[in-house]
Amino acid sequence: MAEDSIIETRDLTKEFSGFTAVSGVNLRIRRNTIHALIGPNGAGKTTCFNLITGFLRPTRGQVLYDGRDITALPPAEVARLGMVRSFQISAVFGKLSVLDNVIVALQRKHGLSFQFWRPSSVLNVFIAQAQSLIDDVGLSDYAGIPAGELSYGRKRALEIATTLALDPPMILLDEPMAGMGAEDTSKITDLIRTVAKNRTILMVEHNLSVVADLSDTITVLEGGQVLAEGPYDQVSTNPAVIDAYMGGAHG
Amino acid sequence: MQLSRQTLFTLALLLIGLVLPHFVYPVFLMKGLCFALFASAFDLLLGHVGLLSFGHAMFFGFAGYVTAHAAREWALSPELSILLGVLTATLLGLVTGWLAIRRQGIYFAMVTLALAQMMYFVAVEAPFTHGEDGIQGVPRGLLFGLIPLNDPLAIYYTVLAIFVLGLALIHRVVQSPFGQVLKAIRDNEPRAISLGYRVDQYKLLAFVLSAGISGLAGSVKALVFQLASLTDVHWHASGEVVLMTLLGGGGTLFGPTLGAFVVVIIQNSLAEAGSWVTIIQGAIFVLCVLAFRRGIVGTLSPWFAKIGIKV
Ligand SMILES: Nc1ncnc2c1ncn2[C@@H]1O[C@H](COP(=O)(O)OP(=O)(O)O)[C@@H](O)[C@H]1O
Ligand SMILES: [Mg+2]
Repeated sequence: MAEDSIIETRDLTKEFSGFTAVSGVNLRIRRNTIHALIGPNGAGKTTCFNLITGFLRPTRGQVLYDGRDITALPPAEVARLGMVRSFQISAVFGKLSVLDNVIVALQRKHGLSFQFWRPSSVLNVFIAQAQSLIDDVGLSDYAGIPAGELSYGRKRALEIATTLALDPPMILLDEPMAGMGAEDTSKITDLIRTVAKNRTILMVEHNLSVVADLSDTITVLEGGQVLAEGPYDQVSTNPAVIDAYMGGAHG
Repeated sequence: MQLSRQTLFTLALLLIGLVLPHFVYPVFLMKGLCFALFASAFDLLLGHVGLLSFGHAMFFGFAGYVTAHAAREWALSPELSILLGVLTATLLGLVTGWLAIRRQGIYFAMVTLALAQMMYFVAVEAPFTHGEDGIQGVPRGLLFGLIPLNDPLAIYYTVLAIFVLGLALIHRVVQSPFGQVLKAIRDNEPRAISLGYRVDQYKLLAFVLSAGISGLAGSVKALVFQLASLTDVHWHASGEVVLMTLLGGGGTLFGPTLGAFVVVIIQNSLAEAGSWVTIIQGAIFVLCVLAFRRGIVGTLSPWFAKIGIKV
């Protein structure tokens, strides 16, 4: 079982000046599955993301990726191991065009990113690949537009295209569908299902029908602690979960 | 052959640069060009990486000292003297950048200011800078053993050529694979990190390039005025370059240049006003920031973009 998991956290704990945001969380994310992290606002989901991807240091506990301890690794190095995250607040490069957003991700692995003496036209070799990634997320008509001018839903789609440009084995998505209409939500749901074929996805999502639809495993977080874990049917019938979460604010 | 509007526009500017010394006092123009190059180098950090350095005078001023010393005391050729000045600024940029880039926002500005103040005291105390007097009577010499820089037009065209090459280099850096990463970092640093970019390394390289080109501007200025003095390492100079850049428009191709000329013209025309210069300059700055939030060129750039010209 253990070798089957791509991410494992052990007693993961984060305190912010006395306040415990994440408390003794033991997660095990199995390879090539979609794992959802749900829970009310303030449950500690984003903090968990930050701890796993190196953007925050835990007060206590460990993060293992592919069996390797990455607890102390800087976030850029975590990304280089193949674990790429999105942010709760959509993260695009606002003044770059949609196409250039994706190209920035594509060029990283090609060792030309320090070449300040060459014209940016050397990046033209990536245009075809970037265009096809943009097509996949339904942004074909927006390639030349500055990313900052896209609607919220399209920014989220662009983020996914940019993430996919790195072809990472592990993707973390923080509320990818928040603020999207029904149409965009179903598009992104399909997209996530497609890209998850040979990848592992850990996602925070409030839309429970999306969660039910996509995820193999669900972890419910509340007050920084794991309340329940398992497949949707099991978790959704758990009385503690119904009580604390599903019957509550997000019902 | 069909020339693009961008090319025509650039050629027109160049033409103005070529004929202007026949109508305007060349030393004044060269002063403008030196500050224009300095401001453009500074804007490589502010406009394209989003880093506000408040210590850039140390690169500008120290490069000037080294060039002046090399030309006067060691009797080196102007090109070698300039090269030594640029190298000094580049090394200084490496150390300063290494210490400062880990800090964010205002802390970054404070670290650069603190280090620049330290270098200012070095300039006050070190014997080779001659304290309050500065290094005076710097010989301009023969460029490449051929061009007598004492000739007003010869030195003017040399300075213009250096300015054009410097600006072209900056433009290339901005429009390079590296420049794309810089803009990504400016727009959203956490996202750039999450894509696996070691952003500190990119910021450091940008800082070093900016420091080196600032040094080039300072070295040239020392030869033009045949003087290296405390004025150019003082924090006033660090502030002035911020002013020039914001006035003209950060993150644009020609904004810092325009801003530099505006400031130099104001200073020149108000030379008799004494200490009022600072106050008037401050007032103009406040007015401009209120009227053109994105600087003069930044405000005009959408209009130019409509006719196919990137400014
Ligand atoms: N940098 C921080 N400093 C202090 N408190 C924080 C910080 N980040 C998050 N918190 C707190 O930790 C708790 C969990 O936050 P978060 O992980 O963002 O929750 P979620 O993503 O589940 O809504 C919240 O109470 C939040 O206020
Ligand atoms: Mg959150």
